[in-house]
Amino acid sequence: MPRQTSRTAHETPEPFGLASGKLPKMIGILTAPLPLFPVQPILRRMVLEVTRKRPELFERLGPHIHSTYVIDVAEMPFVLRLRPDPDAPGLSAHRRSEQLNADARISGPFSALFDVMDGAADSDALFFSRDIFISGNTEAAVCLRSALDDLDGSIVEDLIQMSGPLYAPLRFALTRLRKPRVGDRA
Amino acid sequence: MTGPESPRKPELVCPAGTPAALRTAVDAGADAIYCGLANETNARNFAGLNFSPESLAQSIAYAHQRNVHVLLAVNSFATAPRTQMWKDSVDVAARIGADAVIVADIGVAAYVAEKYPDMRLHLSVQAGASSPEAIRYYCEQFGVKRVVLPRILTVAEISAIHRQIPCEIEAFVFGNIGMMSEGRCSLTNYATGISTNMHGVCSPASAVQYVRRPDGSTSAELGPFDIDCYSADESTGYPTICKGRYTNVSRPDPYYAFEEPVTLNLSSLLPDLMNAGVTALKIEGRQRSRSYVQMVVSAFRRAVDDISAGRQPDLGGLAQLSEGGKETQGAFKTKKWR
Repeated sequence: MPRQTSRTAHETPEPFGLASGKLPKMIGILTAPLPLFPVQPILRRMVLEVTRKRPELFERLGPHIHSTYVIDVAEMPFVLRLRPDPDAPGLSAHRRSEQLNADARISGPFSALFDVMDGAADSDALFFSRDIFISGNTEAAVCLRSALDDLDGSIVEDLIQMSGPLYAPLRFALTRLRKPRVGDRA
Repeated sequence: MTGPESPRKPELVCPAGTPAALRTAVDAGADAIYCGLANETNARNFAGLNFSPESLAQSIAYAHQRNVHVLLAVNSFATAPRTQMWKDSVDVAARIGADAVIVADIGVAAYVAEKYPDMRLHLSVQAGASSPEAIRYYCEQFGVKRVVLPRILTVAEISAIHRQIPCEIEAFVFGNIGMMSEGRCSLTNYATGISTNMHGVCSPASAVQYVRRPDGSTSAELGPFDIDCYSADESTGYPTICKGRYTNVSRPDPYYAFEEPVTLNLSSLLPDLMNAGVTALKIEGRQRSRSYVQMVVSAFRRAVDDISAGRQPDLGGLAQLSEGGKETQGAFKTKKWR
């Protein structure tokens, strides 16, 4: 039976309880009490650097350069809010308990989301298998996926290089927890 | 010269929704890539996908340097008064050196035949030409050199058609498999007002929403319709009406009324297809990522090479990419596949 729907991403029930175990829960537990304000300038610098170094990222987003995204990495103690507007880019950390206004929410374990960002995993397959979940504006999420997938090289590597004091933990997480890639098996 | 026991090595035709995917397909061993411009003239007109004329020209240069062909899909149906968009797309293909255009609309086919008689013309699966008579008509009227067969035929039927037509056959071997009335499906149009066949997009993402419910299940919505609801541990498929589950008075439990979410995989039928006279093996998935392209193209490259060399192919690693976690041989093996 036809039914009118009108939802936004922030109305989605709380994320993925994911308990995926992809990243040791201890990291999340240990970092959860830490304040977020020291992270914000690092994230700000990262998004500005990506905007400067990867202008091609924005071409595929079309009107969704003005959309806002919540990126919910299951093992992290906070979520990220992204606005990929080349003229006013934004990336900030927020507690999960915050009611964030966003057009789309993308949730999943660390390994899946970072591999999708890097074009190293097929997001459709991860969606079929329920490893990742999207809600809100599906078109915005799909455009972001396509924009990232069309990038040459590794944007995750770029981000790690830009992460300053977060370099060591991010590098640790990436090297220890990332799934083997197709090419790695050879 | 080859006989039935050692058929000619088929061309591997691979999808690309972005320049990065195209380069990936080339590097993974594609013989040809098919792709579309970022407008309503191609049947994978999804948000964020496809090529500008400039990026397509660069991509063609990349492919041609590696002896790989690029086929431009201009395979939606041109409707008045918008036909100039389709003519412009054909003009782009001619200007930047695409190796063929894939068309479905007879008006577009006529435009190609009249304005660019030397341009290679392929008949899209969207044309739905499945009989020797229909295919011969396209060949005679427009000079079609290859037909992409609808996914409604058995291998034996393909073999019979091959003997009765003057053009090459391209057959799908892997990927999304939808309604068995290609080029004629109006389900998306009914639900969203946007036509798969005229606007080039099935289940546009702008009309799709996924909603997590308190019990852990997820509902998939297309426009005003709930088209499925997945339990927390259940694999999903694309949010298309043809793969949704519905109830009615006589069947109160949700069931797949049209198709199930499943991926076509004809790896075990490759030798049969090659013996049936198929010239080109087509991999579906212009909407998929470059990771998918890399995995599927390289797997089929190895398989085709193995079969051609008399070795047993191994294509067991593709199940992880499957829609709904399931694979099928569709109608290619038997018409009783459901």
